[in-house]
Amino acid sequence: MAAKDESKGTLKEFGLKIVEQIKKGKNPEISFPLRNLSNIIYDEKSRTLKLGNKKGSRSFFNVAHSKKFLQTVEVASVIKEKLIDSGKHSSLRDVFYMVKRTIPGTSTNLVDEQTESDKAIEDLEVITTLSREQMHVNANKNGSVAGKVVIEDRGDTIDWSKLGSGGWAIPSNVEDIKFKKVDAKYIIYMEKAAVWERLNEDKYWQKNEAIIVSSQGQTTRGIRRLLQRLYDEYKLPIYVLCDGDIYGAYIYSVIKYGSIALAHASERLTIPGVKYVGITMDDVEKYDLKKHFIKLDEKDYARIKQVSEYDWFKNNKEWQRQFKMMKDFKSKVEIQSLSSKDISFVSEVYLPNKIKNREFLD
Amino acid sequence: MAEKTKAHEMAEKQREISISEFFAKNRHLLGFDSPRKALLTAVKEAVDNSLDACEEARILPEIKVELQQLKEDRFKVIIEDNGPGIVKEQIPKIFGKLLYGSKFHRLRVSRGQQGIGISAVLLYGQLTTGKGMHITSKISPRHSANYFEVQIDTQKNEPLIAQEKTVDWSKDQGTRIEIEMNASYQKGKQSVDEYLKEIALINPHATIIYKTPEKELINYPRAVNELPKEAKEIKPHPYGVELGVLIRMLHSTTSGAVSTFLQNDFSRVSQQLAVEICNNAKVNPRARPSTIAREEAENLFNVIQKTKIIAPPTDCLNPLGEDALVKGLKKEVDAEFYTAVTRPPTVYRGNPFTIEVSLAYGGSLPKEESIKLMRYANRVPLLYQQSGCASTEAVIDTAWKSYGLSQSKGSLPIGPIVIVVHMVSVWVPFTSEAKEAIAHYEEIIKEMKLALQEAGRQMGSYIRKTVHAREQQEKINLFEKYIPELVNSLHVLTGEKKELLQEELSKSLKKNIKDLLAEVKDAENTKIKGKNVVLADKQQTLDIEDEDGG
Repeated sequence: MAAKDESKGTLKEFGLKIVEQIKKGKNPEISFPLRNLSNIIYDEKSRTLKLGNKKGSRSFFNVAHSKKFLQTVEVASVIKEKLIDSGKHSSLRDVFYMVKRTIPGTSTNLVDEQTESDKAIEDLEVITTLSREQMHVNANKNGSVAGKVVIEDRGDTIDWSKLGSGGWAIPSNVEDIKFKKVDAKYIIYMEKAAVWERLNEDKYWQKNEAIIVSSQGQTTRGIRRLLQRLYDEYKLPIYVLCDGDIYGAYIYSVIKYGSIALAHASERLTIPGVKYVGITMDDVEKYDLKKHFIKLDEKDYARIKQVSEYDWFKNNKEWQRQFKMMKDFKSKVEIQSLSSKDISFVSEVYLPNKIKNREFLD
Repeated sequence: MAEKTKAHEMAEKQREISISEFFAKNRHLLGFDSPRKALLTAVKEAVDNSLDACEEARILPEIKVELQQLKEDRFKVIIEDNGPGIVKEQIPKIFGKLLYGSKFHRLRVSRGQQGIGISAVLLYGQLTTGKGMHITSKISPRHSANYFEVQIDTQKNEPLIAQEKTVDWSKDQGTRIEIEMNASYQKGKQSVDEYLKEIALINPHATIIYKTPEKELINYPRAVNELPKEAKEIKPHPYGVELGVLIRMLHSTTSGAVSTFLQNDFSRVSQQLAVEICNNAKVNPRARPSTIAREEAENLFNVIQKTKIIAPPTDCLNPLGEDALVKGLKKEVDAEFYTAVTRPPTVYRGNPFTIEVSLAYGGSLPKEESIKLMRYANRVPLLYQQSGCASTEAVIDTAWKSYGLSQSKGSLPIGPIVIVVHMVSVWVPFTSEAKEAIAHYEEIIKEMKLALQEAGRQMGSYIRKTVHAREQQEKINLFEKYIPELVNSLHVLTGEKKELLQEELSKSLKKNIKDLLAEVKDAENTKIKGKNVVLADKQQTLDIEDEDGG
């Protein structure tokens, strides 16, 4: 209950600051740290991405700002009244529909697209330092987990080793989950659900005493927080398995250092100790994957240039070597290309060998 | 000696090529590549002739165009004007002999340049239907009208008169032609309809009445009651003459000496300058022009290029002028803002020219499409080869973004705009014989861009003044609607009294509105410069796009 009061109080405080300005006859203004690459700082010491000191502001009596100002305040009031006060949780999509309506006397909608209400929620996170989950707004479930782990979630006991082919679906908010038994030596996180299904069918988690976690593409907050909790609370090493391309490298870096969009939440989400297990450009030679190359296009090259210049990759010699090899090969390669040797090659040979020999990138 | 040489053999194969064979092989050069284009070319050549004749005789033109569909692929084209008429003896030659005309031998602003047009129409009709052209012409109320049926002797390039008589014609004067031809009719771009609309736009002094194949009557009324200034004939400027032409002129001149030839047959050459050119070219100034050898002519040509000669006179040009341009555009294009710019005359390669641009913005014009560009040379619309034309390049190279339009690199801008680009010159440099696109001379493109920029600036001011001001005002009105929303949200969030918040915010709005309105006033006070800016009588409401930046 304390958490609920805190969230409620913080949102009220945000509103009171505006009311105060109005009472003084001022043009009400909201200020907040900027959230773009120009205001992202890579903190070498903590090895995480953090927001810098650049501030933006938005005032109500400003032709260009007024609508966004109104959206932010309205979203805050909807979250306070309809979610926190009533103890309910909802999705980003729900919030959009709770806010969406035509402003009386105009032909203007308060919000037209979900991106507008999503943005208002992210702004509120930065302004109030509350997390989205603390404001009772959840993202869609995304990702599966399996392993010899027993948890308790809202009074239900769940055994991750007894959930068949689908595994446990990771919710967007894992704060209130209690771990009752964790029997594993490490965690493998993979970007592809198909590879997770392979490992699950092969009972990789049983044979290797591991926890296997997947998402579909980018790693959601719920997955990142779950990984972080297992890492912090049970000191389990985490190995990341992605496609051998620049997007895989970025997925890894988001888990390790944080993302630009969520730099304000880095503390709660980043895991500096994660390691990258593959696919590396060296695997291409070692496992003879050249015949499965996919040609890079212009977008890929541009992204390689961009990512390789990020502060958190700039001085990493090992990764710079990988980026250079990507460019030299002019190609990328998918995890599933390992299946050309044998359908279970990834679970029976590739991963066990790599982990035994500790062939990781940091 | 009786032995037959290769040359004898070849000589047997060599023969005169009849003009019909020449025509068949070169019909694309003359504008008859397809039945559809042939119809347009026939109308175009006849209307061009009528307009030229009327203007030369200082008569306000009134032209009737009628298309009759006889069979699926056969049309009758009828063009009638109120021009000066043609004297009886000339009629067969003008229509029934290729390359006969008055325009090829002189340098002045005119629509046709080569005297090939109307007789080519006759030849095309004759080749596709076997019938000739019917011509009726009357030169004054006191004369009776002459009627001819003319064909071309395709072996000799001479007119064949099938019938000739005098007839009664109620008209005071004028010429009427009728011809049948293989053709096809379509509406839309590059159609007869579009051509006549564009002709009416650039010739606001003309009345054109058009009866379509569907028997619909379209009237393009006169908008200006003065004829364009008379086009003066000028002598060629030495810089504009090519070596071959120089040699031909040397042989056909009536001057007795090279120096007097240079002085009399060219503009801007004084006696002193003529002698100087001769001396520098090591040619005797007193030599007979016809005795000048090719090498000497080449010396003369080279010296001329290096000699400083003042630019040709430019009073020979007769642009429409800004007023007539706007009137022409206004009657054919429904918009809310019109402007026009006529550049001062200038010169490319010894040929005087001037560029005019007119522009219509807004109103019923489509907002999300590429602008419509209408290209003209000497009052003739250019309907083909837009992408190869200097006018198009000039429009693309102009930075329309700064005048409030969107434009991606290397393409025409997007917006509710019609742009007219008109080049007037004694010699328009076309990219090909088909006269469909203006060649890319740097001097010409530069002038076009200067005119486009000036017109663009005027349009940009208008957009800022009206459209942006309206948008700003609209947004300010929104604040009044936003306040109750904000009040409600803050009430829910903090429990503060609604009345108090409403009152304070309303006060604040009044205080802040001055600054907000200043932005609007700024836009409204923007002066639109340019004396020929015209606004449509009815103000139209524009859709306001809601764009909240930041």
